[in-house]
Amino acid sequence: MPRLNVNGQVREVDVDPDTPLLWVLREQLALTGTKFGCGIAMCGACTVHIDGVPTRSCGLPISAVEEAQKIVTIEGLSPDGSHPVQKAWLALDVPQCGYCQSGMIMAAASLLEQNPKPTDEIINQEITNICRCGTYNKVRAAIHMAAERGNAG
Amino acid sequence: MNAQPQLSRRRFVVGSAAAIGGLSLGFHLPFSSEALAQGAPAAAPEVNAWVVVKPDETVVIRVARSEMGQGTLTGLAQLVAEELECDWSRVTTEFPGPSENLKRSRVWGNFSTGGSRGIRESEQLVRQGGAAARQMLITAAAQQWQVPAAECRAQKGVITHAASGRSTTFGAVATAAAKVPPPGAITLKDPKDWTIAGKPLPRLDTKDKLTGKQIYGADLNFPGMLNAAVKASPYFGGKIASFDADAIKDKPGVRKVVKLDDATVAVVADTWWHAKTALDALPITWDEGPHKALDSAAIAATLAEGLEAQDAFVGNSAGDAKGTLAKAAKTVTATYAYPFQNHATMEPMNATALFTDGRCEVWAPTQNGEASLAAAAEAAGLPPAQCEVHKLLLGGGFGRRGFQDYVRQAVLVAKQFPGTHVKLLWSREEDMLQGFYHPITQAKLTGSLDEQGNLTALHMRISGQSIMAFVRPEAMAGGMDPVVFQGLTPKSPEGMLGYSIPNILIDHAMRNPPVRPGFWRGVNLNQNAVYVECFMDELAHAAGIEPLAFRRKLMANHPKHLAVLNAAAERIGWDTPPPKGVARGCAQIMGFGSYVAAAAEVSVENGELKILRIVAATDPGHVVNPAQVERQVEGSFSYGLSASLYGECTVAGGRMEQENFDSYDVVHMHQMPKVETIAMPSGGFWGGVGEPTIAVAAPAVLNALFALTGKRIRTLPLKNHSLA
Ligand code: FES
Ligand code: FES
Repeated sequence: MPRLNVNGQVREVDVDPDTPLLWVLREQLALTGTKFGCGIAMCGACTVHIDGVPTRSCGLPISAVEEAQKIVTIEGLSPDGSHPVQKAWLALDVPQCGYCQSGMIMAAASLLEQNPKPTDEIINQEITNICRCGTYNKVRAAIHMAAERGNAG
Repeated sequence: MNAQPQLSRRRFVVGSAAAIGGLSLGFHLPFSSEALAQGAPAAAPEVNAWVVVKPDETVVIRVARSEMGQGTLTGLAQLVAEELECDWSRVTTEFPGPSENLKRSRVWGNFSTGGSRGIRESEQLVRQGGAAARQMLITAAAQQWQVPAAECRAQKGVITHAASGRSTTFGAVATAAAKVPPPGAITLKDPKDWTIAGKPLPRLDTKDKLTGKQIYGADLNFPGMLNAAVKASPYFGGKIASFDADAIKDKPGVRKVVKLDDATVAVVADTWWHAKTALDALPITWDEGPHKALDSAAIAATLAEGLEAQDAFVGNSAGDAKGTLAKAAKTVTATYAYPFQNHATMEPMNATALFTDGRCEVWAPTQNGEASLAAAAEAAGLPPAQCEVHKLLLGGGFGRRGFQDYVRQAVLVAKQFPGTHVKLLWSREEDMLQGFYHPITQAKLTGSLDEQGNLTALHMRISGQSIMAFVRPEAMAGGMDPVVFQGLTPKSPEGMLGYSIPNILIDHAMRNPPVRPGFWRGVNLNQNAVYVECFMDELAHAAGIEPLAFRRKLMANHPKHLAVLNAAAERIGWDTPPPKGVARGCAQIMGFGSYVAAAAEVSVENGELKILRIVAATDPGHVVNPAQVERQVEGSFSYGLSASLYGECTVAGGRMEQENFDSYDVVHMHQMPKVETIAMPSGGFWGGVGEPTIAVAAPAVLNALFALTGKRIRTLPLKNHSLA
């Protein structure tokens, strides 16, 4: 049976190896914070980290994920919503409907991991998630806020 | 095998439906983690329909309208809390069930959440509810103390009687207050004395959206739940000719292939992924129906014919427009077009249903709980009183979730599995193909100018689709759809034209292609603003008058329209020259009861439009939460710019061509301009906020683009035009 390392725990899942990681997370592991938006890697709602790399889980069959790889979902980003990105998001009241926000937060967290002080230009390049409610400007402001408060957070 | 931890049925019921005052299952929390974790709710009586105060001083405010991101949940709670004089930090919310509303003679009023009416059409009702509850709580305290209620006052959830120095709390007297008869006369606070309403308070529903704990409809899970994927005919008016269920019956997890109606088939499986992959593999032969030759060109030709047709419904008429135009020395004519668009909510349509003998329950993200209840009852074949709809937070609505097709489907599937929850979830492809699309229209505008550049006459002919003819034919006025004229009417508190033109005719040749239209955030204001405001710009240029000055001349009798336009123009710096390579445009309109204007700054780099800045000014009469108004304006611009830059569903072979975000693009982070919002409520009326500013985004940008490049874009979206 395939084994996955999700949020620090090794989980065994009994599914077809073609099953996208998104649906394993949502339907086998009850981690529904990772959302389904398009299924074709266009919207980013399903973004998780795999070894720190932001990854759209809807297009990734679990056969392509090795047990040694560390998968982190929104539920595992911090134990209590205390990640600097989540704190900035709360301070600026970023979400509207909220459906895209798990993916936005995961994308922003790995951006800051790679680039602790991203410019607007870099944010434009790296945050390619879709938000139909139009929270983009608040997302941008919150990324800057998280970058500033960062580890002092 | 499905090894996931699941909510037990008992815990679910307890967490989702507080058994208050003997009314089990009537109320639900919007599925927060706390809702699910909290054991049995503290027994607390309701003070009245709007307010429950628990012994621990938690104030539960009931909100009838849906929350889809627009912030109404918080705004309405602010209005209740303001009159209630409770402690805002103790406020939580719950949704009354639509069935409960019916049982109680619709005490919570209308559940429908659209048309930017969430706040403006319930503010009286909810404020009165809060005020009545306050008076009842005060009366209960006064009775205990045996003092006149008029000598007591409430503040932050504490009731005091100054003369005797006594005080108590809402929680301590709530049970007694529930027995106090409701007050006869209620005086509401003057908005200038507001301390909770009118303030930029944080939303009440943010926290769980940051941790993945917020449960949306697509996330629901119940013990033993089955999952359904569904496919309806992608062909307008098409049907299923045949399908071969045997071909997929041995696929993993598949339980059943269900034909829901002539045009729709669902696959039910243990997981949604199994259901969806099996459905994709299901051989289906479609009967393409009567419109299989239909394409966008044919629809455009039908609309173009309507532009010249004799017969049309008149929405605005004064003087003699046609006569004046016929005699005029100088006329300007232009034809515009606006396409079909899909709502594309982030969360695809879904609903979960449980059908048992004599009862049907539905969990649904819906913009209209009562309509969901009616749809569920009809599909279940049960009276509404034996059904209930549990509302969830919506992953976007934009008008799409006012329609109940997905609720009906979920119930039809669940009927095949009595006693088992069935979650029905659409793929993005299904969502794109089964839309209720933004209506398609064209407009031909002709104006005449005298020698001084005054606009002497305007004829605007709209040709195209009527939403009402499709959705609510009973609301048509003698065959006419008044909603077509949003923002263009001579006199309407909902949206009147902000220009005085001595000879004017605005009429509509209804042409309804067989593509179902729907209310799409902003509705008809979107294209009407493009048509009128871009044409005003054309007229100004033809008259040789600067566009803002040209408008101002026509707006002297419309001070509120003019005030927002002036505010937006002033903020963008209209009177100072823009930086090199940058140009400005403006637009104004009234819709959903509010006055809105925008001014934009754009440039073009390597043939690509850059929107550098966009300013919005809005006068919605009253503002309940300025922080949410700002967010709604930003969101509206994002939605409106997606529509004007990319939004287009095209028809070929009798069906829509776009199936996902790869062919239906939207605005992303890098296209989102800096947005500045000026909220300037002038009082005396209540207008909407969630939609009106969408409409001014496109014309402000298109007018700026013309000022920069001399290119007049008259057919949307912009992606079809080269700016190089
Ligand atoms: S659901 Fe994976 S990118 Fe949209
Ligand atoms: S907050 Fe609704 S889609 Fe982003």
